[in-house]
Amino acid sequence: MSAVSEKFGAYSTWRRAISPTGNTGDAVFRFLMLLVALLMVGIVLAMVIALASESMLSLRQFGFSFLTSRDWNPVKGEFGALPFLWGTIASSIIALLISVPFSIGIAIFLVEQAPRYIARPVGFLVELLAAIPSVVYGVWGIFVLAPILRNYVEPGLAKWFSWIPLFSGSITGYGLLTGGIILAIMVTPIISAVVRDVLAAVPGSQREAALALGATKWEMIRVVLVNGVPGITGAVILGLGRALGETMAVTMVIGNRPEISLSLFEPSYTIASAIANEFTEATGDLYLSALVELGLILFLVTFVVNGFARLLVWNVTRQTGGVGRAA
Amino acid sequence: MSVSKRSSQLLVWLSVVVFLVVSIACNGGSGAGSGSLRLQGAGATFPNPLYQKWLSEYSRQHPDLKIEYQSIGSGAGIKQLKEQTIDYGASDAPMTDADLKSAPGEIVHVPTVLGAVVITYNLQGITQPLRFSPEVIADIFLGKIKKWNDPKITADNPGVTLPASDITVVHRAEGSGTSAVFTDYLSKVSAEWKEKVGAGTSPSWPIGMGGKGNEGVTGQVKSTPNTIGYVELAYAVQNKLPVGQVKNASGNFITPSIDTVTAAAAASAANMPDDLRVSITNAAGPDAYPISSYTYVLVYKNQKDAAKGKVLVNFLWWGIHDGESFAKDLQYAPLPADIVKRAEAKINSVTANGTALR
Repeated sequence: MSAVSEKFGAYSTWRRAISPTGNTGDAVFRFLMLLVALLMVGIVLAMVIALASESMLSLRQFGFSFLTSRDWNPVKGEFGALPFLWGTIASSIIALLISVPFSIGIAIFLVEQAPRYIARPVGFLVELLAAIPSVVYGVWGIFVLAPILRNYVEPGLAKWFSWIPLFSGSITGYGLLTGGIILAIMVTPIISAVVRDVLAAVPGSQREAALALGATKWEMIRVVLVNGVPGITGAVILGLGRALGETMAVTMVIGNRPEISLSLFEPSYTIASAIANEFTEATGDLYLSALVELGLILFLVTFVVNGFARLLVWNVTRQTGGVGRAA
Repeated sequence: MSVSKRSSQLLVWLSVVVFLVVSIACNGGSGAGSGSLRLQGAGATFPNPLYQKWLSEYSRQHPDLKIEYQSIGSGAGIKQLKEQTIDYGASDAPMTDADLKSAPGEIVHVPTVLGAVVITYNLQGITQPLRFSPEVIADIFLGKIKKWNDPKITADNPGVTLPASDITVVHRAEGSGTSAVFTDYLSKVSAEWKEKVGAGTSPSWPIGMGGKGNEGVTGQVKSTPNTIGYVELAYAVQNKLPVGQVKNASGNFITPSIDTVTAAAAASAANMPDDLRVSITNAAGPDAYPISSYTYVLVYKNQKDAAKGKVLVNFLWWGIHDGESFAKDLQYAPLPADIVKRAEAKINSVTANGTALR
């Protein structure tokens, strides 16, 4: 008798623990959602563990020097990640420098200035850019962008600014600059779409208040932008994430040369491209292991960048109490 | 409102049910055919068009068999063969001694066809094919010859006015059997190349930029003036690229073609080792195109499954006889007759539990 009540007691405690409201359907739902959330955490953990264990050979062999060495020579079994790390970060920074002003401009136009019959189709077209497969961007890069850069843009830059190391070097149309521009075009729809939502989420009363105080339209937009800073930062980070990991389009125009050069015209190489290019023909355990370690590094870079951005957003939000955390 | 919501819910459920039924039916379909044998192969991308043709022709003659091939790259093919997840592998370069030693069983190399690597370039206003000696190719790809009108290039090309512009080198970005053949050739003809760079699927290129795949290299060469690159013969022919003549070991400038590639194989047949693992770059015959190579199918000498093994050797036998007739149309050079004989012996040496399969 007591055993039964004990059992029943345990059951009801358990039931109350998983479902405070006492509804079985809620409990099942709650449990399912927990499972889904844990699954995501599990997948991330499984990836880190797999990457780390597969790259153990290279981690042991090269240690920290993997990150600082500039030599990548599979024939001789020397592997260093620095040129790839440089190419990945440099191309992403170029992409953001170009893309962020454009994206914010597009968003301001769509939310604050364009009449609805223009904003709708333009917004739709910008989002359509995000749906184009990256290999199509790559082909366009080879046959349209690279020749334009080689024939018009790069000679012009070299003529006026060749005293800056960024704009020296041989002009081929394939290199860091081309890769950065392709990336900029690819991340613009993502950033501008999120920024548009962020700006639209700023309450209309803010605009009315600014205008009522005698602000010009430009001053009113500044008020709206300040309110949207955390959301805009989030949008930029989303774009950066895409830029860091983009593979196909970049590899088709960046020149694929593991070398560190300050010049934007010289060929470069990104981590994602290197893995995609070399994995299928990588013979030898150390070579494979080094490629997996590159993947691990890319994973960590993305992780650090995201963490840093979260911190930034959190910090700004705390200071301004701004709105628009749509991102 | 509520009616349309309910009907859309119904639609979702219906589609789920249909999907389940169809997927079960498909499974059942393939399960019903489980009496037929299924062979999996994987490896080199270079011979893929030919192997796919072989598979479709062979399966027309033997509808009960299911043989597959995935072109995932030579390196990945060798890895999967060693892990025994596939029944046969394929590679452009023969397996290394280290790779063979670490495999769980003895592996036999069966050559199937030949390919070649050709030099292509983009020089405006030059219509006749350029001629290259081996040391010039090595020096260009080492970055020692920098201009198109370098005396070393013009010496090979009397009567051709070459521009005074910089040479831009384009190489394969990804690991590739094409690069392996090309660098194997350069290592044979240039001591400096051998010492500084060496041969491999992804060597560390001294200069130039990387294009992804034959199409990537071609794209960059076509769209950039004064470039030089290397691609597979088949690809160059199909896309009508300008192709350079290369001086061979006998001192003749040879235009790459199916016949000159087969000539290279025939010329080096005499010194082919017993395991047929051989590099035929820089072959000696008067008509031999020097940047040629075999491509191989890799099989375990001792097959675990006799029934599967029998299908495999029959397929390979058909491939090096009837299958060779499809090679020329797809721009591969067929095996010379005496190499077919030696490949036959290799196929005949495959056994299952000690008994020959053919």
